[in-house]
Amino acid sequence: MKVRVLNYIPKESFIHSLSGTTKLIIFLSFSFLCGLSFDTRVLLFLLFLSVLGFSLSRIKLSEIRIMSTFLVVFIVMNAILLFIFNPEYGPKLYGSRTLLFHIAGKYDMTLEQLFYQFNVSLKYVIGFPIAILFISTTNPSEFASSLSAIGVPYRVSYSVSLALRYIPDIQRDFSEISQSQEARGIALGKDVGFFERLKNSAKILLPLVLTSLSRIDEISNSMQLRSFGKKKNRTWYMKKKMTVNDYLVIAFCIVVFVVGLIITNQGGNNLYNPFVG
Amino acid sequence: MKNNSVQKVVATGIGAALFFVLARFVAVPSGIPNTNITFQYAAQAVFAVIYGPVVGCLSGFIGHVLTDMSWGGVWWTWAFATAVYGLIVGLFAKKINIRDGNFSKNEIITYVLANLVANVVAWGIIAPVGDIVIYKEDANLVFTQGLIAGAGDFLFAVVIGGLLLYGYSKTIAKSGSLDKE
Repeated sequence: MKVRVLNYIPKESFIHSLSGTTKLIIFLSFSFLCGLSFDTRVLLFLLFLSVLGFSLSRIKLSEIRIMSTFLVVFIVMNAILLFIFNPEYGPKLYGSRTLLFHIAGKYDMTLEQLFYQFNVSLKYVIGFPIAILFISTTNPSEFASSLSAIGVPYRVSYSVSLALRYIPDIQRDFSEISQSQEARGIALGKDVGFFERLKNSAKILLPLVLTSLSRIDEISNSMQLRSFGKKKNRTWYMKKKMTVNDYLVIAFCIVVFVVGLIITNQGGNNLYNPFVG
Repeated sequence: MKNNSVQKVVATGIGAALFFVLARFVAVPSGIPNTNITFQYAAQAVFAVIYGPVVGCLSGFIGHVLTDMSWGGVWWTWAFATAVYGLIVGLFAKKINIRDGNFSKNEIITYVLANLVANVVAWGIIAPVGDIVIYKEDANLVFTQGLIAGAGDFLFAVVIGGLLLYGYSKTIAKSGSLDKE
């Protein structure tokens, strides 16, 4: 099974040409703003920006089909759950109630509930192109240098780059271990009982954890031999030079973030309420 | 201590990779439809016990964010809860000297207690409250989700993580284990 961890798709585009640091700033500022804001106008603007960015990146929808299917399933399930749990949450949140039609029992469809669920789904939808934009257009090797550039200590950045480097190895370890344990009759399939399955999974996980631990010793020994951690800073092989475009995009992100927060909070809370004027 | 800090950097990275692999690709059917047993929290707890709170916290956070990104959308509140979970287990683990090969009754009690506290704080408080504040989700829904997630993680972290730690402790020669004949 060949796995692409974070699905980097190399291409020639404006977004690809930006440095990883810039893309990390886009990602963080947009996803924090999307998280903090519940203002429909701000969210719609973010959606516009992220779709714009997505089309600039020349990534095709067919290249991210699995992820988008997952997202659609998630949003639909989440919307159904939200409605089943509390169909009156929207009216409570917005302080008014406009009945559209009655469904059954305590379930009424109200305009406020629809609007609330529209906002929630919108937040999930926006997160998607932003994350895809970042992971599909940023070389994983550049990721660590970008983290370090925005002020994350280089040891932590290096941990991230180690994680990205070793995910495929650990995955290979896992499939080797589980296959050899299966050959010895330790199965995880549907035909064994629940507790048997728990016990068997520990028998697969223990070798996996132990190999990971010995791998940690190996890697840290070799890093020590190369004097890792001796100096306060380090340079990054994959670091891209910042260009004028980078600075312009970063400035734009900061403006969007600040203005977005101001608009969001002008009503005293982070809601946009069209119902109570 | 320099020695130790390099090892912590590596342990964080490998722990995050292990978290990612377990969260993303390894799921054992639990028998209940659409509910799988996942082991990333058991692995995170093991790393927190062996390498301490900082590694437990960061490896979980990095692993969680990478996993979420690979699905296309980061749930910061839950990632933060994962970080706190590892931090708390790691803090309790100062009382567990697993590196000396000790994992018997007292250590097991500490480990179970650590998981109880960490799960209650992470999935009972931080994740649901974050969801209510940030995503304005309904309190009933997020507390139910938190309860299910917390109970599952508690069970697997205690049972599987406990078995893993027990197995690990057996691979270490205890100090003072030589007898005079």
